[in-house]
Amino acid sequence: MFDSLQEKLAGAFKILKGKGKITENNVREALRQVKMSLLSADVNYKVVKEFMDKVTSKALGEKVMRSITPDQQFIKIVNDELVELLGGQKSDLDLKSRPAVILMVGLQGSGKTTTAAKLALWLKKKKGRNPLLVADDVHRPAAIEQLETLGQSIDIPVFTGDRKDPYEIAKKALDFAVAKGLDTVIVDTAGRLQIDEEMMREVEEISKIVKPDEILMVLDSMAGQDVVNAAAEFDRRLEVTGFVVTKLDGDSRGGVALSAKYVTGKPIKFVGIGEKVDQIDAFYPDRMASRILGMGDVVSLVEKVQESFDKKKMEEMEKRLRKAQFTFDDFREQLKQIKKMGSLSSLLEMIPGASKIKNVQVDEDQLKHVEAIINSMTKKERTNPGIINFSRKKRIAAGSGRPLSEVNKLMKSYDEMKKMMKRFGKLDKKGKLGKFPFQFK
Amino acid sequence: MGIFNFFKKGLKKTKEGFFGKAISILKGGLDAEKLEEIEELLLLADVGPETSNYIVENLRKKKGEPIEILKSTLFELLGENEELSFSQQPPTVYTLVGVNGSGKTTTAGKLAWKFKKEGKRVSLAAADTFRAAAIEQLKEWGKRANVPVIAHQMGADAGAVAYDAVNHAISNNIDVTIIDTAGRLHTKDNLMRELEKVHKVIKKLREDQPTEVLMVLDATIGQNAIQQARIFNESVGITGIVLTKLDGTAKGGMVFSIKKELGIPVKLVGVGEGIEDLKKFDANEFVNAILE
Repeated sequence: MFDSLQEKLAGAFKILKGKGKITENNVREALRQVKMSLLSADVNYKVVKEFMDKVTSKALGEKVMRSITPDQQFIKIVNDELVELLGGQKSDLDLKSRPAVILMVGLQGSGKTTTAAKLALWLKKKKGRNPLLVADDVHRPAAIEQLETLGQSIDIPVFTGDRKDPYEIAKKALDFAVAKGLDTVIVDTAGRLQIDEEMMREVEEISKIVKPDEILMVLDSMAGQDVVNAAAEFDRRLEVTGFVVTKLDGDSRGGVALSAKYVTGKPIKFVGIGEKVDQIDAFYPDRMASRILGMGDVVSLVEKVQESFDKKKMEEMEKRLRKAQFTFDDFREQLKQIKKMGSLSSLLEMIPGASKIKNVQVDEDQLKHVEAIINSMTKKERTNPGIINFSRKKRIAAGSGRPLSEVNKLMKSYDEMKKMMKRFGKLDKKGKLGKFPFQFK
Repeated sequence: MGIFNFFKKGLKKTKEGFFGKAISILKGGLDAEKLEEIEELLLLADVGPETSNYIVENLRKKKGEPIEILKSTLFELLGENEELSFSQQPPTVYTLVGVNGSGKTTTAGKLAWKFKKEGKRVSLAAADTFRAAAIEQLKEWGKRANVPVIAHQMGADAGAVAYDAVNHAISNNIDVTIIDTAGRLHTKDNLMRELEKVHKVIKKLREDQPTEVLMVLDATIGQNAIQQARIFNESVGITGIVLTKLDGTAKGGMVFSIKKELGIPVKLVGVGEGIEDLKKFDANEFVNAILE
């Protein structure tokens, strides 16, 4: 019932496809779908209304009416508006002071402490900074210990002061950074509701003490309608410099990114994409818009594939594939390359339309099993799979701890692959291989 | 931006009296504009487009006093208030599940305190062995509620913690043991399987437990909550929702859809960070807050 924004928009565009011209009526249906989708994606109602007004007037404009491919045109209009709304371009951190100070603020449970640690690691690795983490959440039980543990795991110092007085901790942290020659101070604060006057005054006071270069408000990507109220109020009182949208590794459509940017005009600077300390990324409005629009996060996927794959090895493999000389050694190499890119499910999420395939369960274990089977083959068997007879299969099964049926299945898909390869080889040599030849299920 | 004033206005928790806003909208009969205003009210409360549409359609079609139709539709969606259950034979085992940052550990602490105050023998179990300092956080709540906390070290097997907790409860005549689990996104298959394992381990010791599998849900979350509930329910069978952070301005309207689609009721609400800030869910109060 509650399809993702991607699916809904795909539906809307399907309505436009197959029709020769955009008429006022069929655009309206598509627009209605877009509106419903944005609402399902938790884009704030008021933001949706204004967005729809803009898109409607553009979609009904002359250019669209006369366009030859109305669906493409329509996608472009919606996409352009979304990209614009999301911020046009990506926005970097502005860290001029020495030490530069970043203040992390937000509601409870949005992911401030984890994000503080991620940012510290990111600044250290990518920007060559020497960060100090400051545990200034004296309210939530064990918040200080949480930051200490995280700091330890990434080898970044954590200042905890007296663990009681948030103002003293803030003050002394700056002195500590100066004394130790640390150039970036990241202050983690307690989560608070924007209507909690006492707590809002506390964070205002902390801000006055540390005079931050950046005040980053952390937003949960799953957030609903009300969170723009929090964003607006935090911004009014603190002058937020940007947002970090977290938990984007889930399947929420992240409508809050649109709403927060729209209402405050402040950019989204980072996104959190996992629980591990290195799972933070810069924010790219165009990618977010693509993801929202059901075109998939293709840019990210392509980059990830490029990062992980060894180009030379791939070219060699492609040659072999064309000659149908593909061996289990090549197959194992492919598995390794895939594994470097991260989990299969995270890759699947980036592929356009993949969210529609609900019943495809990506079984990460299966990859491991296949690898185990190949590892149990001798070198001779790997380069010349034709020699693998029944007794060899039995040995391989025993060696890998997998049932004989799985070994058979792998052999069978290898044979099928080989047949396909021969056909591939006859195809246009200029054509690049787009798919991984083996199927895992 | 003109829109800004609107959000500033939203900051004040308006008290227009019972069902105030809805009553003033619906005064003097229905028209398209008024239906849209009601829809807006529902959408802004995170009721979501589909369920909002269902409610507004009901309002359009049914004959009678509009405000009464609106209220009865909402009450019907929520169903009867449902109480927490306890096992005939102690210990009663509760597990708390949910995505990251929803408030599981805090809820565990509050629940322990509530049961302790009612004169029950209570224990807590720190089966969130993943998040840094989650164990320390629960131990702190254990101290405040004055109940024992069963814990291993960080990184330990969550199932083993649950096993020890239930064993400890059996041999120490504990009435209720509350097992806090790690936050996990419902999209992470491996983590969902780990959660299933925790529940299987409990059943090994006591086939009829856990009595309650409570999904802790942050009221500020939007429509993704339904998908969360669906997947958690398929995985470990949720018996009720704890709707947290209702002390803010978020209304938590997505629970209508959760009840409508999955039949899972809200049993408790979290209304603050204090140990006593956990209340029984009251449909009347809840609907009023949506419509005020």
